[in-house]
Amino acid sequence: MQTSTPPTALPQAAPERGAAYDFARRDVAWYLDKLVQLLVFIGGISAIVFIVGIFVFITKEGLGFLAAEFKAGEFFLSANWRPTSEVRPTYGILALIAGTASVTGLAMLVAIPFSLGAAIYIAEFATGKVREALKIVVELLAAIPSVVWGFIGLSIMNPLIIELFNVPIGLTVLNAGIILGLMAAPIMTSIAEDALKAVPDRYREAAEAMGATRWQVIYKVVLPAAKNGLLGAVLLGVGRGFGETMAVLMATGHSINIPTSVFDSVRALTATIAAELGETAVGSPHYRALFTIGIFLFLITFLINLTADLIVRGIRKEN
Amino acid sequence: MFAADELNRRNHASGRLFKILFGFMTATLVLPVIIILAMLIYQGGAVISLEFLFTNPTKAMTAGGIFPALLGTVWLVLVALLVSVPLGVAAAIYLSEYAADNWFTRAINLAIINLAGVPSIVHALFGVGAFVIFFGFGTSILAASLTLAIMTLPVVIVATRESLQAVPIAFREACWNMGATRWQTIRRIVLPNAITGILTGVILEVSRTAGETAPIMFTGAAFFLPFLPQGVFDQTMALSLHLFVVSTQVPNMPDQVPYGVALVLIAIVLLMNSLSIALRMYLRGKKKW
Repeated sequence: MQTSTPPTALPQAAPERGAAYDFARRDVAWYLDKLVQLLVFIGGISAIVFIVGIFVFITKEGLGFLAAEFKAGEFFLSANWRPTSEVRPTYGILALIAGTASVTGLAMLVAIPFSLGAAIYIAEFATGKVREALKIVVELLAAIPSVVWGFIGLSIMNPLIIELFNVPIGLTVLNAGIILGLMAAPIMTSIAEDALKAVPDRYREAAEAMGATRWQVIYKVVLPAAKNGLLGAVLLGVGRGFGETMAVLMATGHSINIPTSVFDSVRALTATIAAELGETAVGSPHYRALFTIGIFLFLITFLINLTADLIVRGIRKEN
Repeated sequence: MFAADELNRRNHASGRLFKILFGFMTATLVLPVIIILAMLIYQGGAVISLEFLFTNPTKAMTAGGIFPALLGTVWLVLVALLVSVPLGVAAAIYLSEYAADNWFTRAINLAIINLAGVPSIVHALFGVGAFVIFFGFGTSILAASLTLAIMTLPVVIVATRESLQAVPIAFREACWNMGATRWQTIRRIVLPNAITGILTGVILEVSRTAGETAPIMFTGAAFFLPFLPQGVFDQTMALSLHLFVVSTQVPNMPDQVPYGVALVLIAIVLLMNSLSIALRMYLRGKKKW
């Protein structure tokens, strides 16, 4: 203690460690330190408070519906979403689930292989300036707002699909699926690329030293080592597609329908809330039913995120 | 001495083949979007002028400019930043400088991931239930901005935490050894070294906040208002919602108007993002350790 004391500018009696030391240090700086510790703790815990708050408040608004009109059989198995019917309103979300699932499914069919391919290209093949430029482009593409994507679906894709496939309407599963795929792909690419880059270079070097070709290194070494991260990227992409609102609202055609082909118009869960919440009276069964859809969406995305997190954390443990 | 045999040649050829294949896949993702953006610029560029940016919409929004929407977006973004930046930076400081590696920290991280992953329309429902109804703010800039702030909080937290963690631990240890408290160390050593990184996160958040539509639809943004907002308890128009309105809700809309709105919105978002990326690259070049 004595030897390490700098020669100048220390208070005369530097107290010994222990209780007395702590007590003697209780000056303004000490109290300020504790205050800041409390403040940043509040900041840290706010994320938990908000996520719990989201669940509590949407449940609170939807509860009346769950208690009165909600019938699990009708809600999940009926395709009749007629909340405004004067005679007998029905609240079946099956067609809406089908709408969301078909659009997200088509989007992922396109986006998953292509974004994994793009991630492999950026991480393993591209070098130097090309790599940097591609990463920037991917990041910028991920930033395009969803309402702009919806507008693109409406004003560019719509006439294009009508023209190309000779169909009467272009606001369909196909349109929204392509839009959603293009939207989710940059995010999946950039997360997948991170996962590939996280594989240590010594793995690649070891494989190359054994005479493996570029593709053998990627296929036999890099991909297996990064598989959890890649799966996490895919799941986050699915979550993003599933929860997307404005783009599917504008590009699906918004008609309640269980699709039989990609040229059918559908309506998504998220879009239904966005389109109808403004017209409902606060506290009405219709209003509460929309919040119940919100609870459903919240729980599904929570599950997807939790799974992705567990998978991604799995790799950290292994390494 | 070492001549390429048949196997070597085949391996080389297959390597090139895969490079071309994956390069092609990358191009398939990137090129269509760039073509689409070029179309937006071509179509929208025709209507954009100072007059378009700084006058009110007229004739049921089919003519005139977008000034109230532009101003409204500025309002929404600024109020949202006032909430999310202090909160997000505090959360990041806690996670980077104080938090132990335990279940509680994992719970916070999971909450952050979920805040980013919950659908935007669910955030909107939360905004309606909490801010509009429960706290009684009504449909106002305040309610909309709070909803946006909570939704974009993860952007600030993640960027700030990364830049705090990039400051070497030795810097902190040197400071602690001089007898400084944790907060003195953070304020004098960690934050000054991380401030540019935090700024990149804040700029990113501006871009995210400006582009969001669903969370503000029912919490504070209006389709059309004949007046400009005077305070945080007024409703406002917003650029993102304006694009939705002019492209879907207004009959007899001339084709170019929505293109113009889309171009302005996307220009704001991409400019902010480019600024953030440029700042990050500048920072990386300057780094001394």
